[in-house]
Amino acid sequence: MIWQQFQSLIGSYPLALRGLGMTVMLSLISLVLGTLLGFGLGILRTGGNQLISRLIGAWVDLIRGTPFLVQIFLIFFILPEIGIELDAFTAGIIALSNLAACFICEIVAAGIRAVPTGQVEAALASGLSRWQRMRRVVLPQAMRISLPPLVGQYVLLIKDSSVVSAIGLTDLTQVGWLVVQRVPNGLLVFAIVGIGYFAVCYPLILLARRLERRMGAAHGEVQL
Amino acid sequence: MLENFSFRTIVEYLPLFGHGFLATLWLSIVSFAGALAVGIILCAMNLQRSRLSQIPAKMYIDAIRATPLLAQLYFLYFGLPRLGIVLPELVVGILALSLNSGAYIAEIIRAGILSISRGQVEAGVASGMTYTQRMRLVVLPQAFRVTIPPLLGQAIVLVKDSALLSLISVSELTRAGQLLASDRFMPAEGFITTAACYLLLYYGLKGLAALSGRWLGVRPVGSRT
Repeated sequence: MIWQQFQSLIGSYPLALRGLGMTVMLSLISLVLGTLLGFGLGILRTGGNQLISRLIGAWVDLIRGTPFLVQIFLIFFILPEIGIELDAFTAGIIALSNLAACFICEIVAAGIRAVPTGQVEAALASGLSRWQRMRRVVLPQAMRISLPPLVGQYVLLIKDSSVVSAIGLTDLTQVGWLVVQRVPNGLLVFAIVGIGYFAVCYPLILLARRLERRMGAAHGEVQL
Repeated sequence: MLENFSFRTIVEYLPLFGHGFLATLWLSIVSFAGALAVGIILCAMNLQRSRLSQIPAKMYIDAIRATPLLAQLYFLYFGLPRLGIVLPELVVGILALSLNSGAYIAEIIRAGILSISRGQVEAGVASGMTYTQRMRLVVLPQAFRVTIPPLLGQAIVLVKDSALLSLISVSELTRAGQLLASDRFMPAEGFITTAACYLLLYYGLKGLAALSGRWLGVRPVGSRT
């Protein structure tokens, strides 16, 4: 019985690979888009303009305050109603990138705020332009603070990508769901799905931990 | 366009959303209580000297953190009947949320306990306190203070995560939105109302977190919300 199930599981490995590929691709594309957008938003959020800062803050709050599943449904079912036709993949990318951008915006903004004002004043006194100040003085220091939570955010992004299975994309979770209809052994099937995610996420978790420890050491804090 | 957005339909479905709101609220509260229990046990195991209790706790926490909640939910939903355990969807959902959040809460509590400086514990030793006394009278009261805001942050995450239970057809807020969307082909009305209800819960919890931060004299919720 178990042996038969194993065989039929091994038989569905092309499907599993496709699912893993879909998960990795979704995560990678939204990771890049979300990071770029998130950095832009984070810089604007800490920039001088109160109105822009408030608007970004309000949008981030809206995204942080609602479940990702609901956001996906809103994008997938409502954008077509206002005349924007899109397939499930595009909807998934938009939803994931937006989610990542909002979280990364807050991480970057926190990093920028943590840079001492003396640094900015010194750059100002040295006659650096606004852009030079950002690129040469503030961002490099902000990066040191933002990097560990940023990697942690990538792990969350990969995990959140599982939710796109709800709009019918065949990612790793959806493959598990499909296979379990044929091979009625949920424990085995979803343990394998879990191993797939673990293989992608765990190295990132270890990296985040290492970065955190290194940053802690750089700041002269004692680990207890 | 959305010019025919129907408030009347939303009012018509309001009882359903009210029911869903309450369901989300109480299943989140029950799951959070369960998660606290799981978290405290895991954290206690993790803080022991013996590897025999540390390693399983660490493995469990890593396994939960490196896999999506949805996969964990399906693991229980499709897996438990295999072991001859047939539970209602609602119970499976609460179980999954508790087991998932418990791993994060264990780390929050651990960070809180480790944030108490060594000197405090040493002072306790020097005063002749036993281990239990040191924990109960010195470490835990101070750790409690710093863990409340991140715990509320985790509660926010849990409320949002509970939306996934709609995928195993537990009737809660997101399910209410789905029903309106599919009954009347009105996804905008359905999901915007759902989102508004979640925002209500979010701002409530966020306010509570800010308030508790002020009472306890610690900074408000961390970045993980």
